[in-house]
Amino acid sequence: MSGPALHLAVEIDGDGAHPAAWRRAAHAPDLLLSPRRVATLATTAENAGFTLITLDDGVLPPGTSPNPVGRIGAVERAAFAAASTSTIGVAPVVPVTYAEPFHVSGQLASLDHVSAGRAGWVVAQEERPEAARAWGRPLVAEADAWARESRDGVEVVRALWDSWEDDAVIRSVATSRYLDRDRLHYIDFTGETYAVKGPAIVPRPPQGQLVVLGSPADGAAGLLDVALVGGGDLPAVATAAASAGAPRVFAEVEVALDTPGAAAGERVADLGRHAPWTDRGRLRHIGPVERLVALLADLSRHVDGVRLHPLVLDEDLPVLSRLVLPALSERRLVARPLPGTSLRATLGLERPANRFAATAVQEGAR
Amino acid sequence: MTRTDPLDVPRPHAQLHFGVFFQGVNHWTIWSAPESGSQIDPASFRRVAQTAERGLFDAFFLGEGLRLREVDGRIHDLDVAGRPDAITQLAALAAVTRRIGLVSTSNSTFNEPADLARRLSGLDLLSEGRAGWNVVTTDNAWTGANFRRGGYLDHADRYRRAEEFLAVARALWDGWEDGAVAGSANATAWSAPGTIHHVRHKGAQFDVDLAPTLPRSAQGHPVIFQAGDSGEGRDFAARNADVIFSAHGGDFDDALAFAEDIRRRLRVAGRPDDDLRILPGTEIIIGATEEEAQEKKRWVRRQQVTPATALGIAGLLWGIDLSGRDADGPLPEEDPVVTENDGSFGARRVADPRAVVAEWRAKAAAHGWSLREAVIELGPQRGHVGTPSGLADKFAHYVRHGAVDGFNVTPYLVPDGLDDIVDLLVPALQERGVYRTEYTGSTLRDHLGLREPLTHRCAPERRAG
Repeated sequence: MSGPALHLAVEIDGDGAHPAAWRRAAHAPDLLLSPRRVATLATTAENAGFTLITLDDGVLPPGTSPNPVGRIGAVERAAFAAASTSTIGVAPVVPVTYAEPFHVSGQLASLDHVSAGRAGWVVAQEERPEAARAWGRPLVAEADAWARESRDGVEVVRALWDSWEDDAVIRSVATSRYLDRDRLHYIDFTGETYAVKGPAIVPRPPQGQLVVLGSPADGAAGLLDVALVGGGDLPAVATAAASAGAPRVFAEVEVALDTPGAAAGERVADLGRHAPWTDRGRLRHIGPVERLVALLADLSRHVDGVRLHPLVLDEDLPVLSRLVLPALSERRLVARPLPGTSLRATLGLERPANRFAATAVQEGAR
Repeated sequence: MTRTDPLDVPRPHAQLHFGVFFQGVNHWTIWSAPESGSQIDPASFRRVAQTAERGLFDAFFLGEGLRLREVDGRIHDLDVAGRPDAITQLAALAAVTRRIGLVSTSNSTFNEPADLARRLSGLDLLSEGRAGWNVVTTDNAWTGANFRRGGYLDHADRYRRAEEFLAVARALWDGWEDGAVAGSANATAWSAPGTIHHVRHKGAQFDVDLAPTLPRSAQGHPVIFQAGDSGEGRDFAARNADVIFSAHGGDFDDALAFAEDIRRRLRVAGRPDDDLRILPGTEIIIGATEEEAQEKKRWVRRQQVTPATALGIAGLLWGIDLSGRDADGPLPEEDPVVTENDGSFGARRVADPRAVVAEWRAKAAAHGWSLREAVIELGPQRGHVGTPSGLADKFAHYVRHGAVDGFNVTPYLVPDGLDDIVDLLVPALQERGVYRTEYTGSTLRDHLGLREPLTHRCAPERRAG
């Protein structure tokens, strides 16, 4: 754990965590897929003092009609959000079940460059068979295979981030060399289903390695910087956190808050008339601000951070911004990121050494 | 060149379009000068894009690399390298620009339509209709070593795959009817039933079945660019592209011949012959006087063609490793070796090296050139050199005679290399009435004066599915 203060992340995909959230949104449906929407949410979260925004994604539509079926790719939204903000972290969800790890690595490294070291990556799995049909690839079915693709994907992406040493660009006028090719490395990865040669096209990300987040239940366990843990009550979260096996642990918390217009319970019931709010085994707070603040204070003894999933972004994010984060801040329970600080540094994670540079030094010492 | 009466030309009202190509690779970008900026810092990209927008350019253009270049199995270390993923970088630029088009070079061999079409569509929405896609193809196993699909395509299949890719992409981009998403907060459904169409496609290259996840942008589809110069590439462009990023812009007759060839192919493809914009890639070197411009060119060339780069370029021509030789000495005495092309940068040799080397020897002997001077004078050439008014007259002549529609300019310096063009050349072009004085549209398609996307003009059966 990094300290007593919590890092707060917020998931800003779509209109909120509830599949029917769009019905209570403060905008018409056709304004969802717009640049203004992305920039407004990102700047609102930054101004409120969140450490990180995450953006859910996948190749399949986010829901089924009559709910929203459209979504701009998370990496593109994250890059746009990064250029619209200055201190908040940005972490797109990018599954590697079918995607090309070489492309994913380059996209995420580029996100770290455009955000000057504020990027993270939420690893996810595409488990529905429709995803294979959309990609036009052989079906990856069942837990072992999903785990293999996640593990190999994260391994390749991370190796490619290290395939350029930090100082590979030397600009040696005397020898006419722009690069030192000894500081560029073939990764020569060979897994069960594919191989990747390297090195990357994109130079090493400013953070060295992006902050990698994900569920410890998925295949990338052991390769994560931040474990995202569920659990329906505090003891369950505490147990999951204790066994997460990652440098940092964030608890997943779904929130519906009382707003000036309606009580939280009424809002949930209203949306419940249209669609169920599926229980995903996460902590769920439905009620007043004070009780959420108390819950987060309790959580701060077990986890490094919390990722909030607001019921309806347009209703809950303003309450989080105006009431919850200030209350936590007063009690020194929330850590606001500092300008000019990388996401890793904000989370108290060290900038990792380059695996290939370490090898080169060892060989040189022999 | 003398100034012609603007009304006594084939296209008296033609307008010149500029794009800027932030290249990030090869020796044309000077890295050794004190003012050479970062090739990866987002500030460099922002500076170039915002300068181009100040100069009312149509587009900001990024290339793509899928494997670091190698020569004889070793990473090529003499040129700038290390660039961002194009769409990611452009999505960030969409937030800090308002009008300029944002064009990504993306490969149709090592991508899949569901993913790439969606990423381009997302860029198009985030930029409110300013996205473009330069469709490129690859066929070699050398590049494939970085990808799941590995392997390679038969050379003949690369455009087949590109064309089928584009058909699936267009079907996805057309998958949502206009107005599919509710415009009122009181709607009973987020999207109107029956307005979003599943795409099922089974062809030689792709077998996919998916629901498109994005509506059309303000410009309908991303603008399609194409750069292949082979007959196949030109036909692909004539059937599919909105813009050709050509290699024929240095010489008027060559540019005009190319443009006429493309217009002929357009007619064969059943399209109006003004349906496509031709923007050759070029470098532009500007001086206050002709002498100053020539002096600047000499400086630029010596920065670009360092001794090691001269040996590298000559090595490709000779087919032998010349590193360690004296670039300021005479041409190598050996005869050139013809080798097989495996797709890596170092294997890109000329068709008949013996004849070229003989020509180089004759010219070097006549002028007393060293190897490096021969490479500067006889190696790959590009660009236009002159004063703002001289270049403006020349470009006005090109565009009014239908040889080009504009240029995709590669600055030899990043990030300040566009300043002279925007501050000196653009006003000279505006004076001559061949360059816009303000943006009149908001989308890339508007800037280029293009018609609506090809699939929106035909009967529904033209839509792939």
